[in-house]
Amino acid sequence: MYRVGIVGLGKMGISHFALANAHPDAEVVAVCDTTRYLLDVVEKYASVTTYNNPEDMFAKAQLDAVIISTPTRFHATLVKQAIDAGVHVFCEKPFVLTSSEGNALTEAAADAALVTQVGYHYKFVASFAEVKRLLDLQAIGPVSHYLAEAYGGVVLKPQGSTWRSKREQGGGCLYDYAAHPIDLAIWLLGEPASVSGSTLNSVFSRDVDDEVYSTLNYANGTTGHLATNWSDESQRKMSTKISIWGANGHVVADRQELKLFLGKNADVPEGYNRGWNMRYTTDLTPPVWFYLRGEEYSAQMDYFFASITAQRLDGLNHFAQALKTDRVIECIVNNAEQQTVTQVGDAPVIAAPSPAPGFIQRFIQLFQKRTN
Amino acid sequence: MDRLLFGDNQFFGVNHMSEDKARAQAIKFQEQEAIVQVLDSAYAEGINTFMCTTHEQMIGICDHFRAHPEKYADFKFFPCMPYAHKYANAVTEKGMLGAARDMLPNQSIVNSVLKAGSSMVRKDIDHVAGLLVDAEMKMFNGLSTPVVFLQNIVVDLLLGLGVNEAFKIFADYVKANYNAQPGFITMNLPRLATALDEVGVDSPVICANFNKIGFRMCGSIDEYRAHVEKYNIHFIAMSVFASGALAPKEALEWIAKERWVESVVFGASTPSNIRNSKETLLNADAQFA
Repeated sequence: MYRVGIVGLGKMGISHFALANAHPDAEVVAVCDTTRYLLDVVEKYASVTTYNNPEDMFAKAQLDAVIISTPTRFHATLVKQAIDAGVHVFCEKPFVLTSSEGNALTEAAADAALVTQVGYHYKFVASFAEVKRLLDLQAIGPVSHYLAEAYGGVVLKPQGSTWRSKREQGGGCLYDYAAHPIDLAIWLLGEPASVSGSTLNSVFSRDVDDEVYSTLNYANGTTGHLATNWSDESQRKMSTKISIWGANGHVVADRQELKLFLGKNADVPEGYNRGWNMRYTTDLTPPVWFYLRGEEYSAQMDYFFASITAQRLDGLNHFAQALKTDRVIECIVNNAEQQTVTQVGDAPVIAAPSPAPGFIQRFIQLFQKRTN
Repeated sequence: MDRLLFGDNQFFGVNHMSEDKARAQAIKFQEQEAIVQVLDSAYAEGINTFMCTTHEQMIGICDHFRAHPEKYADFKFFPCMPYAHKYANAVTEKGMLGAARDMLPNQSIVNSVLKAGSSMVRKDIDHVAGLLVDAEMKMFNGLSTPVVFLQNIVVDLLLGLGVNEAFKIFADYVKANYNAQPGFITMNLPRLATALDEVGVDSPVICANFNKIGFRMCGSIDEYRAHVEKYNIHFIAMSVFASGALAPKEALEWIAKERWVESVVFGASTPSNIRNSKETLLNADAQFA
């Protein structure tokens, strides 16, 4: 039985608490939060010891593993404390706010031979995992472009009072929403060499972005577009989707389904046909031991404990992998602040190729006839 | 409980298989009139119970049923609370307590706790739980609600946390204040059945996925059977078509053989689908009775 502590009892923290507690190999023994009345309720109804500061918890609770689900700005400090205490770490996404902190923590965790995992749960969604398998099989040939999207209706009016409305605390659509499709894209197609054309727009929020758009450029010429908006009222819940164009096919996947088109030159993987193929997550998803809010949340928690058992230090979403996502996020912020733009009025006139003799005259005559 | 209950996922853009289908259904049922028409078709087929989420759109539907008592004399609602996305979005926007404040009709408790910085005591929690139930039940005022359900997101969260006492609080409250049977929706029936027994919620109504491929059933089909019988559970099978993976006839005939399944909840968008499902199940019932 792994003794597990939870830091941060927000929406994700409570959900992780339930899943870890229901896991046959784990038992949540300690909970740390700054909100006293929340701790009172937890202490009264769930049999755990509560702490209002993490140092105390790490010192006294004899933990094997910790789940960190606080606002992002606290991740770095808490992860450091966990590593110092020799505790395996599951940390919510995004990992940390600066890649320099991320580098140091990744090294420290590796040196201490601790299992690490960041909560990018979409890798545990069967349809996205199937896209990964298909790309590894080269099913759609060399990829030229992808579109990674996430939409949802989180911020639908101007004011907001939580950390999610403050950029320096890791709030905003970029950290909260865009991190997911960026991470998926990196997992599926690798780390981009550069980002360009980044826009961080506000729709309602005063201090943070509600929309993020960017282009991710790859050394081999592949490009990716990122489009995310958490002020999209039309969405019932967060909807994340990736569309990928290859020379031999096209694949589109969201949480529910996968649509794959295999062209005439595609190497058709077993179980698929040339032309359009549909697969449903419901068919692709293996059962879980306990279901709370989607198989992927259960599966990622199960994977974390399995990593501890197997001493798997480089499993899915380990720190070094999540750090790649942090780096791209950092680049998008940077690019959005600094980018040069080409004004429409100032665009250099592109020289037209010289037409065949007589062509211009014929064109002018035709144009004059039309306008008369 | 009736043998067939009518579900609501199709009305509110929920489809576990496809976002496109969910959207198409959401468009079809944007107008309340379209929902009422389907409910009328179900009622005409003798399906008198609507098992529905406490979605905001239900307010208008309830008004319609209240306005026509003679037309819907024996129509029943099985409210399922809460509509979770409403809370989840509020928590993201305002934090845990901000959300609780927003959702409660009477904010005095939360405010007094905040102001005094005092801790919540047991009676506060019971009281807040009651207020939350009342807030969700308000729309059903004057309508028949013989069973009141707690949604699976809340049930399974509490179950995972090990806060089993909350089930007893809920059960006692709906019995005392709404003269209703407490119902629980879950994806983890064996574990829930044991937990309810431990806290003294006897012969509960439980609604859970039950289909021949075991889709979203944590625990085997055999464990489901064994726990329902052992704990004398009034069992409602949902997701009997496994989100479209099973053909209706095959799925319903399989269910009919499981004689301990008391009711089946299903959703449909057209009169012909409602009739087909009803006839298929009732024919299969006659065959295996």
